[in-house]
Amino acid sequence: MEPASRLDHNHQLSLREFPYIIRWRDDRCKRCGRCTAVCPVKAIVPAVKVQRLVRSEGPVPMPIAVRSTTHVVEQVTDMERYCTGCGSCTLVCPNEAIEPELNPQSKFLHYKNKGGDGYKRGGRRNDPSLSTLDRIKFTRISMLTDPALDAGRHEFRIRSLLGRVMHPEDMPLTAEGGRLAIDKKNNVFVPPVREIFPIMIGSMSVGALSPPMWEGLAMGVAYLNEVEGLPVVMASGEGGMPPRLLKSKYLKYFIIQIASGYFGWDEIIHALPHMTEDPAAIEIKYGQGAKPGDGGLLMAQKVLKLIAEIRGVPQRIDLASPPTHQTKYSIEEAVAKMIQSMSMAWGFRVPVYPKISGTKTAKAVLNNLARNPYAAALSIDGEDGGTGAAYNVSLDKMGHPIASNIRECYLDLVKQGKQNELPLIAAGGVGKRGNLAANAAALIMLGASAVAIGKYIMQSAADCFGDEYNRCNLCNTGKCPRGITTQDPKLYRRLDSDRVAERVVEVFKAADVELRKIFAPMGRSTELPIGMSDGLSINDKAMAERLGISYAC
Amino acid sequence: MCRLAAITSREYISPMEPILALETMKEGHDGSGLGLTLKDLGGAFGKLKKYPVMSGICSRSGKKVLDDFMKKQGFKLKYEWTPKIKPVKDIIARDYYFARAYDYPAQYKNKPLKEKEDFLMNTRLALRKIGEPDESLFVFSFYPDVITLKEVGDPLQVAEFFGLDRDGLKAKIVLAQGRQNTNYAIYLYACHPFFIQGYCTMTNGENTAFVPIREFLSSRGFPGYMGYNSDSEVFTHILHYTVKHLGFPIQYYKDVITPLKASEIGQRPDGEALRLMKQSLRPLCIDGPNMVIGFTPDGACFMVQDAKKLRPGVVGGVKGKYALMSEECGVDSAMPKRDRARDIFPMKYDMVIISPQAEEVKIWNQLQG
Repeated sequence: MEPASRLDHNHQLSLREFPYIIRWRDDRCKRCGRCTAVCPVKAIVPAVKVQRLVRSEGPVPMPIAVRSTTHVVEQVTDMERYCTGCGSCTLVCPNEAIEPELNPQSKFLHYKNKGGDGYKRGGRRNDPSLSTLDRIKFTRISMLTDPALDAGRHEFRIRSLLGRVMHPEDMPLTAEGGRLAIDKKNNVFVPPVREIFPIMIGSMSVGALSPPMWEGLAMGVAYLNEVEGLPVVMASGEGGMPPRLLKSKYLKYFIIQIASGYFGWDEIIHALPHMTEDPAAIEIKYGQGAKPGDGGLLMAQKVLKLIAEIRGVPQRIDLASPPTHQTKYSIEEAVAKMIQSMSMAWGFRVPVYPKISGTKTAKAVLNNLARNPYAAALSIDGEDGGTGAAYNVSLDKMGHPIASNIRECYLDLVKQGKQNELPLIAAGGVGKRGNLAANAAALIMLGASAVAIGKYIMQSAADCFGDEYNRCNLCNTGKCPRGITTQDPKLYRRLDSDRVAERVVEVFKAADVELRKIFAPMGRSTELPIGMSDGLSINDKAMAERLGISYAC
Repeated sequence: MCRLAAITSREYISPMEPILALETMKEGHDGSGLGLTLKDLGGAFGKLKKYPVMSGICSRSGKKVLDDFMKKQGFKLKYEWTPKIKPVKDIIARDYYFARAYDYPAQYKNKPLKEKEDFLMNTRLALRKIGEPDESLFVFSFYPDVITLKEVGDPLQVAEFFGLDRDGLKAKIVLAQGRQNTNYAIYLYACHPFFIQGYCTMTNGENTAFVPIREFLSSRGFPGYMGYNSDSEVFTHILHYTVKHLGFPIQYYKDVITPLKASEIGQRPDGEALRLMKQSLRPLCIDGPNMVIGFTPDGACFMVQDAKKLRPGVVGGVKGKYALMSEECGVDSAMPKRDRARDIFPMKYDMVIISPQAEEVKIWNQLQG
């Protein structure tokens, strides 16, 4: 017997299954077509409908049916063209006739695995709940027993150190005639250390980001250093750097990342003899908070001419970095040898540190680094970190929250007396709800020396649509409607790199002010309050106990 | 905020002098305790300078524990001073207050000073550990030529209680603190001055960077860096760590607790060393509103301010006797006949160092080094 599904549309999805439902207003729409043209996923289409209108005029009911043909904007029910809720349609609509609406009853994930492959996307973990960082409050307020400092009047130095700091007893110092001097006779190796602003821009590659986005960030960072005197550094991500930048004096504001695909390193190695400045640091990526244990991925649609050239690969092929550095097979090799090789490449003048994803095993890596005098830091990227492309399951379900991970690592260093020697960099979810300075300060007071941000700067400097409700998150497709994560000139020409740079400067200057506003009432101004856990409280007893901070409600 | 009064003198003085100076600053402390440290002792202790003196308080049971422990260690009691207690309202007398000079156990008599110092400190810590749970025994210091007295109450009343006005107890350096209890419970081990292996300090103001500093010191692997019932104890240990452990000249204490800015470091001839020091000792930056008065084993006294000079402090006197106080009225009380025009009010970059025997006052400026 023939199934009836063809007749009653039984195998078609209803709009209720979709994460966002388009609310279109017939009465306002002037049928200009801008919304359907701009939609990055073609979730809406212009359609023709036949309408049957029954009218009755005169004192006695005399119904007359009139059939008319009309144009409408219609949402498609194809799961491959689901509305991402980005809202580009709303932006271009001249009459406020259209907007996507979040559908909390959506069964999106039940269907988004066509072809037997899991759902891949960009963005962040979809978890709108209040993060641990956002629950932390600063409760040790200097009141009458000690005066609070004045964030506007007193001198503040919100700076951190990036690099291996010498154990005090190993400092090559001699006291001659009542004055200390560096003892140069014994030729003791003094590791390179950079003074940086404690919030840095985390690794986002040229390739993952569009040219104007990367350029905007880079210009903003250079301006902050050169004009504002704020030593903000930015990490390159895997995929090399623009060749001109490698040879410029601005290289010192950049951390170059090497990851398991070694993309871009051919260019970098060849540029080495021509470098006029050393980079701020080298980051060896072993893991990423958004997709722990998974390698990097730049999808073919983003590997266009410029990217292919920088990375030294053919155009339009998927660039997948393996989950681990394939030439290594043990932690000693993976970490120690890599650090040594990178240090050697720059004559031991550049701090070299690994980045891992948040994990229960972070302490094992940490202890390995603590014993390695060349390891400059450890960067831990928590589960709330973002990415350009990953499986949804990795993004949503894999990884470790950053707060307790950084805390236990810090306390482990305290046990060894090395809390000041190996800086911890925390990332993943910093500024998730917009509280950049507060999240950064909380992590610092839990033990981080610095924090790295990614999604926050994309949202605040380039108006990224993404949020914790899976809005947009198209970074992997090369169809970023804001022009942030695309290599398509038609899309990235929407983004003005000067404006991005301007916003980067504003964001960091504001964060600097807000950090003062947090530290001043706590009586701290000249040194970063790393590990000042007595200043923190949280309104959850279990969290307080886990983090070793007080419970306040 | 606590009030501090210290006097360093060529001649022996009575501890009453700084206590009376504290009385003039009474508005600034709530009488929640008095701490006294005497160095370079006179009177009966003047002839016992090479013998370590243990200062403390114990109950009857604690006394037995103390006697047994010291006997077992091989110490021989040479001399014991106990205050002539005069009952005073509001001060609850404990069983025994004591300062005892001991002779070293035979095996330590000829050991180098460092070994002796470690042994004395470990003995003090062992006794503290025994006596702390039931508060049957408190030991504040155990070191040659140093006595420490502490009790809860108004400083003048405590002095009366101890009979210091009638006693022959004398010293050339006396540090006195009138305690203003703030965040922490009134507890004898929380009372300044704090002493470790010849280094002693007292502080006013709260230490906002207390926890990271405590964690740093506690993790140095040195048993003496413990206690921390007061946020001010870390100042003493930072001094000890800087001068004794790292071997830095005393003025670098200022560079450790209040490091210069990067741009200022460049002006110093020892800038390269400072830069390294600032990085490695970063957690010891005090960052708070504090004034510190202290002495080192050689008998030099000093006063130092936080990086913003948020706490008062003044040094005044004549050659042979100087007072280091929280407030001018305290100096007036201790040194009424000095030339007030020559009083020193150390500013944020200054460290005032008075050489042993109150010979000379030097103001060391951190900017100029």
